[in-house]
Amino acid sequence: MENRISPFLITILCIGIAILYIPILVLIGYSFNASSLVSVWGGFSTAWYTQLVHNDQILDAAWLSLKIGVVVSTGSVILGTLAAISLVRFKIFRGRLLLTGMVNAPLVMPEIITGITQLLLFISMLHLFGWPHRGFTTIVIAHIAFCSAYVTVTVQSRLASADRSLEEAAMDLGSGPVRAFIDTTLPAIAPALASSWLLSFTLSLDDLVISSFVSGPGASTLPMVIFSKVKLGVSPDVNALASLVICLVGVCVLFAGHLMRRAERQRVLDAQMAER
Amino acid sequence: MTSAIRDDALARTLPRAALEEWLRRKGKWLIILPPLLFLLVFFLIPFGFALSISFADTALRVPPFTDILSVSPDWHIHLTLNLGNFKYLFTDEVYGLSYLYSLKTAFFSTLICLALGYPMAYAIARTSKSTQSVLLLIIILPFWTSFLLRVYALEGIIRETGLLNTALLWLGMIDHPLQIMRTTLAVYLGIIYSYLPFMVLPLFATLEKLDHSLLEAAADLGSPPWRTFIDVTLPLSMPGVIAGSMLVFIPAIGEFVIPTLLGGPDNLMIGRVLWDEFFGNRDWPVASAVAIAFLVLLVGPIALYQHYNTKQLES
Repeated sequence: MENRISPFLITILCIGIAILYIPILVLIGYSFNASSLVSVWGGFSTAWYTQLVHNDQILDAAWLSLKIGVVVSTGSVILGTLAAISLVRFKIFRGRLLLTGMVNAPLVMPEIITGITQLLLFISMLHLFGWPHRGFTTIVIAHIAFCSAYVTVTVQSRLASADRSLEEAAMDLGSGPVRAFIDTTLPAIAPALASSWLLSFTLSLDDLVISSFVSGPGASTLPMVIFSKVKLGVSPDVNALASLVICLVGVCVLFAGHLMRRAERQRVLDAQMAER
Repeated sequence: MTSAIRDDALARTLPRAALEEWLRRKGKWLIILPPLLFLLVFFLIPFGFALSISFADTALRVPPFTDILSVSPDWHIHLTLNLGNFKYLFTDEVYGLSYLYSLKTAFFSTLICLALGYPMAYAIARTSKSTQSVLLLIIILPFWTSFLLRVYALEGIIRETGLLNTALLWLGMIDHPLQIMRTTLAVYLGIIYSYLPFMVLPLFATLEKLDHSLLEAAADLGSPPWRTFIDVTLPLSMPGVIAGSMLVFIPAIGEFVIPTLLGGPDNLMIGRVLWDEFFGNRDWPVASAVAIAFLVLLVGPIALYQHYNTKQLES
């Protein structure tokens, strides 16, 4: 079946991949352009990168985004994993349908609607309880709500395919259910947890629309700063900044993919060993 | 005496035993409740707030709308529902037009994504397992990369002095630069470029599982390849087609970044209207009404997606 791909299909595949990658590669290329005119090539230079280091607005925004990213991905992995365990292990409980709906809906809900509704909630909460003030806290909460959905979907499929016999054996040997889970199943789903942490981090780092709605004065994340600059047109320092973010996200995604693939290979290997 | 000691020991173990018994019966709620409550409060209940605010009036205060529930001094609770915001959506044609325009844009971009994504997914599904994982990674990488940055990167290609115009001018195919930025074409290009991976991935997932013996059987029975495709491959890959189309269609309707950065003043999509209503006019009740009306119209496509998605997960 491998050698029956028509040239037509290969051409379309190549065109599709070219469409996906050419803009990004050109952007990275032009970030090393010495000329401040974005369309003229004036020789190789890293001047725009050095300029970034001296831009306080960008540094502050980057630091805020990284802090938010770490808190969000940690919180999302915890909540998302609990939701995945609930859905996979407890077949029947009150609210199961509700939980299923709530972990799937954020994946398809247009960001602008999620953002608006959450902003209205935060404003009403602030009015009623005096908490939370818009900024770091509200962005973290809003991001966890959609990132944990991605975590649940990733961990859910891994958990469903995990072998339960080890866990049952541990329980037969006298371990409590929690202890047995931590000793046997948790190591098996650890790669899925690590990769969903990385993916949540990239989702949080990239988000513009939801952050813009729920953020308050003085808390501008990196995408918000980039957006306000991009609206004014293409500029070389944004090229440099965009290239850095794209590379960081790329490394996270590649590493996450690597973790998942290694775990999958290990699982196949273990299964083969077990069959012998 | 001995019985007293026994009772004492029993009394001391009782709380522990009771705790264990309670944990055994109710312990699962310690796992279920945190995500359930978090999502309930911070994802589902906000929709309720949006709904209630859509029935409120604008007011010059913080927050800038009236309460729909009020308690009079004699402890009567008054519910004031203001339908004016929804009526306003029908009287001011900008909402209807922008919604129809978003629908049209999303529909045609989804079709183009499907036309481009289907052969891509089909080609990837036909390669060997090791090539597959590399190609999938190539598709997944832009899927996770920032939309904002990718749209910005596209601007670098299609603007007047961008790579596309420079190349076409150099090749002598055009005399003067094409105006793509701030046009409808730019919005389409932006959506297709941004959402193509969302189409390819679910399509690949179904095409990969396709039973090849069915194709061989059709070929053995004398069916030409195009016929086999229409009779066998296409119907079997329908779940992927629907899932991929909805994953492009639903977010594309609500798209804000692409029409704002690439489109012109004519490309008034609903996401842009919502944004302006919130940050420009600060008319939150009307904006909530727009959001609720928009959501109601999305329920169909979302339900369709969920239906095919769960079916695919089960198989």
